[in-house]
Amino acid sequence: MSGNASFIWSAYAAAAVLLIGLLIASLRSLRRREAELAEAESSAAPRRRRGVTR
Amino acid sequence: MHRFANPARFQRLAGAVLPWSAGLTVVLLAAGLWFALLSSPPDYQQGETVRIMYVHVPSAWMSMFIYMNLAVASAVGLVWKHPLADLAARAMAPIGATFTAVCLITGSLWGQPMWGTWWAWDARLTSVLILLFLYLGHIALTNAFDDATRGARAGAILALVGAVNVPIIKFSVDWWNTLHQPASVTRLDAPAVHPAMLVPLLLMAFAFLAYFVTVLILRLRAEIAARKLRTLRLAQGVDTTALAGRNA
Repeated sequence: MSGNASFIWSAYAAAAVLLIGLLIASLRSLRRREAELAEAESSAAPRRRRGVTR
Repeated sequence: MHRFANPARFQRLAGAVLPWSAGLTVVLLAAGLWFALLSSPPDYQQGETVRIMYVHVPSAWMSMFIYMNLAVASAVGLVWKHPLADLAARAMAPIGATFTAVCLITGSLWGQPMWGTWWAWDARLTSVLILLFLYLGHIALTNAFDDATRGARAGAILALVGAVNVPIIKFSVDWWNTLHQPASVTRLDAPAVHPAMLVPLLLMAFAFLAYFVTVLILRLRAEIAARKLRTLRLAQGVDTTALAGRNA
């Protein structure tokens, strides 16, 4: 790729790092929030049941 | 559109679309990269550096396309108070900011060998830099309020005011003297790009579009889960306060 190979590969590398980074960050955020929601729902369920029987 | 504003219906639709959009991203990206790096010819003037165009131009298109979607979602959220519109705007902003950053970085890496400079304060480059600041401002503003509704409203107003920047970016190369070349694909007459270069360009553009849909679904699901969590914690807080009041 002539003398400009470093510019070309740097451009593709920068795009890959940013786009893959965003994808990983989005996946991790989704998993974390879904886990927090599941935990909150499971802890809320017995409390609601106790509230009904009381 | 009203039908899909229901979060439960959206979750079902997103579940069906996600595998297809993720698969399309991989296939289109593989084909696009093969054409862009191996199969397409070098340019007669720019030589091999023209290969930067296959990431630079689609990311520039995506940065403006996502901003228009952000502005529409903001308008829908402000006017009709759709439950998903504000969340969609919040989910889109980081994706748009990423594509704008890719556009600026790859443009700079293309500018140095072709123009002899990494950066020039001309109309096209400056208006795209403003677009990045609008995205970052939107992200900061929507997260700056304890009340998510107020944050969404402030972000929506910024998004709508900033929408004026999109036509400025598009027509900056026609309105002002600039180092940047004028439009060569989106023209009223035929594209000025040879089909051997147009094919990888369009493949990469559709790959980025499929990537946008995939990441948008992931981020929107995370936003929906976060909102459910907030509502649940608020309800738990009310329960605990009521219980403490009864036991006192």
